[in-house]
Amino acid sequence: MLRRRNGTEIETSTNTESQIQKENGKGGIEVERKGKEKAKVVKKKKKGSCVDSCCWFIGCICSIWWFLIFIFNAMPASFPQYVTEAITGPLPDPPGVKLRKEGLTVNHPVVFVPGIVTGGLELWEGHQCAEGLFRKRLWGGTFGDVYKRPLCWVEHMSLDNETGLDPPGIRVRPVSGLVAADYFAPGYFVWAVLIANLARIGYEEKTMYMAAYDWRISFQNTEVRDQTLSRIKSNIELMVATNGGKKVVVIPHSMGVLYFLHFMKWVEAPAPMGGGGGPDWCAKHIKAVMNIGGPFLGVPKVVSGLFSVEARDIAVARAFAPGVLDKDVFGLQTLQHVMRMTRTWDSTMSMIPKGGDTIWGGIDWSPEEGYDCSAKKSRNNDTQTTSQNGKGGLGFKKSVNYGRIISFGKDVAEIHSSKIERMDFRGAFRGNNLANTTCHDVWTEYNDMGVGGVKAVADYKVYTSGSILDLLHFVAPKMMMRGDAHFSYGIADNLDDPKYEHYKYWSNPLETKLPNAPDMEIYSMYGVGVPTERAYVYKLTPAAECYIPFQIDTSAEGGSEGTCLKGGVFSVDGDETVPVLSAGFMCAKGWRGKTRFNPSGIPTYIREYNHAPPANLLEGRGTQSGAHVDIMGNFALIDDIIRVAAGATGEDLGGDRVYSDIYKWSEKIHLQL
Amino acid sequence: MASILRFRKLCYVEPVKCSSLGFESFETPKIEKKDEGIGPSIENVLQKQEKKKSKRQPKEWRCVDYCCWTIGYVCTTWWLLLFLYHCLPVTLTGFQVPEPPGARLKREGLTALHPVVLVPGIVTGGLELWEGRPCADGLFRKRLWGGSFTEIFKRPLCWLEHLSLHNETGLDPPGIRVRAVPGLVAADYFAPGYFVWAVLIENLARIGYEGKNLHMAAYDWRLSFQNTEIRDQALSRLKSKIELMFETNGYKKVVVVPHSMGVIYFLHFLKWVESPPPMGGGGGPGWCAKHIKAVMNIGPAFLGVPKTVSNIFSAESKDVAFVRAMAPGVLDSEMLGLQTLEHVMRVSRTWDSIISLMPKGGETIWGNMDWSPEEGYDCDLARKRYMKPSLNDKKSNNSDGKRGFHIEDYVKYGRIISFGKAASQLPSSQLPTLGLKEFSSTSTSSSSNSPCGEVWTEYDEMSRDSIQKVPENKAYTARTLVDLLHFVAPKMMRRAEAHFSHGIAENLDDPKYAHYKYWSNPLETKLPDAPDMEIYCLCGVGIPTERSYVYKPSPSDRCKSIPFRIDSSADGSDNGCLKGGVYFVDGDESVPVLSAGFMCAKGWRGRTRFNPSGIATYVREYQHKPPASLLEGRGIESGAHVDIMGNVALIEDVLRVAAGATGAEIGGDTIYSDIIRMSERINLQL
Repeated sequence: MLRRRNGTEIETSTNTESQIQKENGKGGIEVERKGKEKAKVVKKKKKGSCVDSCCWFIGCICSIWWFLIFIFNAMPASFPQYVTEAITGPLPDPPGVKLRKEGLTVNHPVVFVPGIVTGGLELWEGHQCAEGLFRKRLWGGTFGDVYKRPLCWVEHMSLDNETGLDPPGIRVRPVSGLVAADYFAPGYFVWAVLIANLARIGYEEKTMYMAAYDWRISFQNTEVRDQTLSRIKSNIELMVATNGGKKVVVIPHSMGVLYFLHFMKWVEAPAPMGGGGGPDWCAKHIKAVMNIGGPFLGVPKVVSGLFSVEARDIAVARAFAPGVLDKDVFGLQTLQHVMRMTRTWDSTMSMIPKGGDTIWGGIDWSPEEGYDCSAKKSRNNDTQTTSQNGKGGLGFKKSVNYGRIISFGKDVAEIHSSKIERMDFRGAFRGNNLANTTCHDVWTEYNDMGVGGVKAVADYKVYTSGSILDLLHFVAPKMMMRGDAHFSYGIADNLDDPKYEHYKYWSNPLETKLPNAPDMEIYSMYGVGVPTERAYVYKLTPAAECYIPFQIDTSAEGGSEGTCLKGGVFSVDGDETVPVLSAGFMCAKGWRGKTRFNPSGIPTYIREYNHAPPANLLEGRGTQSGAHVDIMGNFALIDDIIRVAAGATGEDLGGDRVYSDIYKWSEKIHLQL
Repeated sequence: MASILRFRKLCYVEPVKCSSLGFESFETPKIEKKDEGIGPSIENVLQKQEKKKSKRQPKEWRCVDYCCWTIGYVCTTWWLLLFLYHCLPVTLTGFQVPEPPGARLKREGLTALHPVVLVPGIVTGGLELWEGRPCADGLFRKRLWGGSFTEIFKRPLCWLEHLSLHNETGLDPPGIRVRAVPGLVAADYFAPGYFVWAVLIENLARIGYEGKNLHMAAYDWRLSFQNTEIRDQALSRLKSKIELMFETNGYKKVVVVPHSMGVIYFLHFLKWVESPPPMGGGGGPGWCAKHIKAVMNIGPAFLGVPKTVSNIFSAESKDVAFVRAMAPGVLDSEMLGLQTLEHVMRVSRTWDSIISLMPKGGETIWGNMDWSPEEGYDCDLARKRYMKPSLNDKKSNNSDGKRGFHIEDYVKYGRIISFGKAASQLPSSQLPTLGLKEFSSTSTSSSSNSPCGEVWTEYDEMSRDSIQKVPENKAYTARTLVDLLHFVAPKMMRRAEAHFSHGIAENLDDPKYAHYKYWSNPLETKLPDAPDMEIYCLCGVGIPTERSYVYKPSPSDRCKSIPFRIDSSADGSDNGCLKGGVYFVDGDESVPVLSAGFMCAKGWRGRTRFNPSGIATYVREYQHKPPASLLEGRGIESGAHVDIMGNVALIEDVLRVAAGATGAEIGGDTIYSDIIRMSERINLQL
């Protein structure tokens, strides 16, 4: 096309020249004619000069735009890289290229298990309003339909309120294949970088498998509805069989970690409830599980998400469209709609903090106490670090009470426990909401709750991770009823108790044993150095009528410079979503060596990746990021994964690599092992 | 888009024209100097104009502005229209959409029962790049085949290089890995808006199908069938997938829906899966009986496609499937320098799978010099039917009577390639016969190798003398064709021999038939022992389909050309079967009825030696009706090879069988063509 156009351009230009030169007479006449035309235009211009200049303006912009696009397209593909290299110096080779030069080739098949939110969902059957969206992505991709038909979209993304499965007449299913989660939105990679690097050492479709599942429904329901677990089992068996008996390397991310934990129990459990793979299935088929940013023990952010939909970003929704949740797209009740939708998603409940006060700390105690937020934040400028570390030591007494995951009022969050006046809400009357009729089109369980109930919740003042469960039961009984059937958040006293054969315990590492597979390896790979939400300061919403009655008190700010409290949120070390404690504890202590949770002594490794923000804009999301999703583009992490996939063991990688205080914190947790 | 492009062009053109006007102060003096004395009067006019303008326009409304104004105007209008179009409610646009069969059947109470496996054919499956040369930078996991094909235009040579396979092994060339796109997206749409499986998938979804009971068995259609297993384990994956779907859907057997070449691919699979492990899948003798309910072959190319011959011989398959429909100019235009066809030939000859589509069964099936099973087929009738679908039976009776009279000018379809129109019509006694073995010995060193350096086709390695000998034989039948191809493309045929066979088995119990190269030939394999299975042949009829060719040597004898061309000047007058050098017969535009229907109509009907367990077969033909209006797109009653996938009747049949019906319940055979009579003329030991 381009060439052709250039051709015509030249032709016409030569034509006009020749016209002028050779047929001077004619040319002159043409000129004359043109002149007249012009005169006409001038006359027109007087009539509608405003419209004309508008058109002129648009035309100008369009032309310039097209010209720029043309130049951009004509630019050689290596140009941006050239510019980047000119500015920052030569880029390091991507790990795939580097390791290929070292001679690594494809060895073990690889299974990806995507996390919550990042997997695409597509429509297979819908109501009238979703016409034309058959097999189009509702989740992931461009999200065009959120804007076009928001209510329809919410309706289709919601699940049935009672069963946690499809509402009648709607079938939304996960996208399958690598495309399910390679990019979340155009340009926002999730697995794509890892896939590209694995491909460089020879991986392809037959040795890579994306275990895409519907991340909205509870883990066991993915099997009941879609037979997802059976598919994963069959695919892993197939890959092992067709790759010469090489065991697979599994790489779960985020909630996928819990999902795969569930899978490992499911596959060995006997047939009606489990997959019937027999007691040594994992030992036979899995070489290593490389958990990336795994919320083994839950994520505090989920609590705020369920409580008041203020999980600013469960994973990446925020990074993608920061305004969507806060704007009034759906009329005036965006948050309520979102709450109604997310509360039908059982899977979010899998990430409620597990292990209660033993793990997450009580009112006066928490494993992270003494953590100095300022030190982490200013780690980049080395000069300040030492001086502030000194300061941190002095201010030790003022350590944050992270155990209080939700507190009402900043003062409550900070004062000593003996000074808090608490009124138990558990027996309180939930009350009837008088305003029920006015809020009819939006359903949140808060609408069923009266003012008395709201006040009772606020009067309890402080909630630790143990009492949060009671709180959620109180404010969202229906959701928790579904949740109780599928998930459990406790710590097992006796793992041999036959009740632990039920599937609801399988995704809780504190209530299951790891499979009997001493040759398997478990890695916990996560980013550190990013402030991560850990506890919240709440307040009552002033207008309580049709609204969610609680919200994070964003005015609560810590006083001094090195504070952990910002905008009503206490933060701690982590990867922006998962605190270090949740990601690292099981591998650092819970499963280390032969414990009752790990009876066969599966070796565990902790690989931490210190967060370094991208040096400049050209780097995009950085190659050394430690953030929850961006870590998938971290070169060091990719390097580790490729080495393991090519056959290395944890020892070959160099064993543990720890930057955070995870060992110190684990020590403080008194868990019977 | 088109209009935008047009105006972009304007934007380039206009300023040049205008420069003579807009910048008069510079231009006119030049003209004056050059052409002084030639036209003073015109000068005067010009100057007057100038003066006028300067009076009228103190602020010049110049030409660039004028351009911008036009563009802006057009853009605004365009956007406005676009906006209005989007604002229109869906029901208002165009006409009332006829209710899709899926919705109707759902109301009848049909729901998803048997899992469905779709097996795409040649060409329609997408291919994506996993590893490439530097020239393919940035195309990682982008589609090279399927989709928008933009790379053909951007970097044609690079594209061809990556789509070629290795010349000797028929596998990947070193450093290049191009793989099939997996999943339903592999072949739902071939190009944007050009559906292949999408309509069927959508209708299946309406009665409750989804990812867990609907699977697309995508494979790399360039490779020979056994190589898809060796390189990608595609057959093992398919086996495991079918077993999984069988188990997770309450032990319901699967319904397999292959299309075009997928039909013989699946035939290969049926044998592979029951064969013992080193060569086969080790599923054991009862595997098919246990897992497969029905095989619903759409547009099956069981006995091969004559079109393939012309493709291999001279790269002139006008559309192997619908490359032509997609980009009619691409093959014929001279994009890659001067040698488009040669490039295409070089690339397509590395694709082993094409050889699987060569006519099978030799002269017994396809006819010899004087005889063919289709003889007496009246093309005019078909063409009339093709034009006027509403033609009723009375007329056809009349012409049946007529047909009796001109028996003499039967078309000799058996001569698949003849040199010259005369050779295609003369009785065989008047044709010179030349043993092909004679010239196979003369073909040796090529004399013109060096000047033809860059483009490699095997013709360049042949000496011109031996090429001259090819037309001397005048006419080739299905049997001698194989010799011919051995002669003109020895390397390709050597690869092909290892993977495909095109004969008829004398004794099917001969242990040599345990080799995989026979598995895709229905005339050299037994169907599996699965008496409850059903085999359907769903094919379109009523479209003239290429059956044999009239060739001529290429006029130019320069080295870099394919020495033979279809003689497009050969047009028949007798009964219209010959058009542009091609003899047509009834079929679905790609596959003649004979190839599609024979096995189901006769070869496997009842208990034969090819079908020892007596698997039930059904022939379902769909009479082609062109779309009534433009709005219908590719029609809902089409019988064309690919468009038939949108045929309402076919979709309904597939849905009913998937929901549990048997062949007898959907009405047994429906036949419009002469397939039964044609089959009877074929003397095949059964």
